[in-house]
Amino acid sequence: MNFGIFLEPETQQLYLKGLGMTVQLLLGSMLMSFLLAIPMAIARNSHYQWLKKTVWLYTYVIRGTPLLLQLYLLYFGLSQFAVVRESAAWAVLSSPLYCAFIVFTLNELAYTTEIFAGAIRGLPYGEIEAAKAYGMSHLTILRRIVLPSALRQSLPAYSNEFIILLHSTSLAFTVTLLDLTGAANEIYSQYYLPFEAFMVAAAIYMVLTYSIVRVFRFAEIRLLAYQRPRTA
Amino acid sequence: MFDGYVGQILRGLLTTLELGLVSLVVATTIGFYAALMALSENAVLKWLTGVYSSMIRGIPDMLLMLMLFYGGQIFLNHVIEWSGVKARIELDQFTAGIVTLGIIYGAYFMETFRGALMAIAPGQKEAAQAFGMSRRQINLRILFPQMIRFALPGFTNNWLVVSKATALVSVIGLQDMVYRAKQVGAASHEPFTWLLFTGALYLAITSVSLFLLRLVERKYSVGVRYGSHV
Repeated sequence: MNFGIFLEPETQQLYLKGLGMTVQLLLGSMLMSFLLAIPMAIARNSHYQWLKKTVWLYTYVIRGTPLLLQLYLLYFGLSQFAVVRESAAWAVLSSPLYCAFIVFTLNELAYTTEIFAGAIRGLPYGEIEAAKAYGMSHLTILRRIVLPSALRQSLPAYSNEFIILLHSTSLAFTVTLLDLTGAANEIYSQYYLPFEAFMVAAAIYMVLTYSIVRVFRFAEIRLLAYQRPRTA
Repeated sequence: MFDGYVGQILRGLLTTLELGLVSLVVATTIGFYAALMALSENAVLKWLTGVYSSMIRGIPDMLLMLMLFYGGQIFLNHVIEWSGVKARIELDQFTAGIVTLGIIYGAYFMETFRGALMAIAPGQKEAAQAFGMSRRQINLRILFPQMIRFALPGFTNNWLVVSKATALVSVIGLQDMVYRAKQVGAASHEPFTWLLFTGALYLAITSVSLFLLRLVERKYSVGVRYGSHV
């Protein structure tokens, strides 16, 4: 084992840059998918069959195909169409960063939608009846009753999803992005020290993962406090 | 049948299925024995399974695969050199894929099986012991068949994840569906079409698996009554 190379500033900078890219991709696609997942989850439970089925189809297709393939489809695939290449959107769609960001968001959206939709389905109907009895409008019920409760209930599943997304961002290096895995790969090929290079990245991922777990556990204790068994 | 672009990708489909199924068997085996270890009374074994599970959950599978494929080979050769044997090991992509997927999803299967084993009434094991069965017999004849029913939903999920995770092995050069789709796409200048076609094949794998596993679920739930039968 030779960990001497990790004392060099260039190596450290490469890892830091990779870490920055990973965190950027993670937080960016997490935030976007969270915001989009709320209306999607409501649509998934809609009374309109066509709306419900469309959202179901979307989550089924995304969840049934590998993320790597989705990433390739957008990054390598779109150049097939002259219409896309000549359009104004090409500046965005030819950049690996935007492609990765879009694919991670759309992929995460499918999983998050199902989590939120499941939580909404699981709400006791009495709560909604009570809200109706108070004369709340449909939107008010969603905003005050359904969403706060459903989002809290989804916390444990959502924290798992956050970690899976963190792990998924490691695919970014396949489209030439220099994320944490990409940085490790770069250092491996420079020094031919695979174990050391990947192990350092693995350690950083572990720290990230368990920090996320901690934050979510704290949030669960705070936000789901009313569900804990009472201690005398 | 196997010439032309479609044939290329269908050959990739075979590789994908083969890799997925072999990894599934390896991961299930690792998972079952790790779950037994996690539930044993031996504190060291328990601790080891805890470390295993938290390591795997903490590190991305892509990174583990790169580490094992590029690092594992060097490591093994160091061990061989150190032990004085004159030989070299070449780890091919298929083996590296099986080993990595087996180890990673072994941890997920461990969690599934642990929950399922805990759901079996303890009297079952006690009765088997009273009959004088050996530990191996108890595991294979009593615990395993009953555990399947409780483990099936988790098992289904894990298999769906494994079948999609095989795509990662294309990054280290295994000629699976994704790898071939990319190649065919580049050769034909129609990457979108071929990647989309491959996506449809993955979707078919998912749909068929869901259907088959529902049949298995029905078989293993024979004789079990749910609330709706009242």
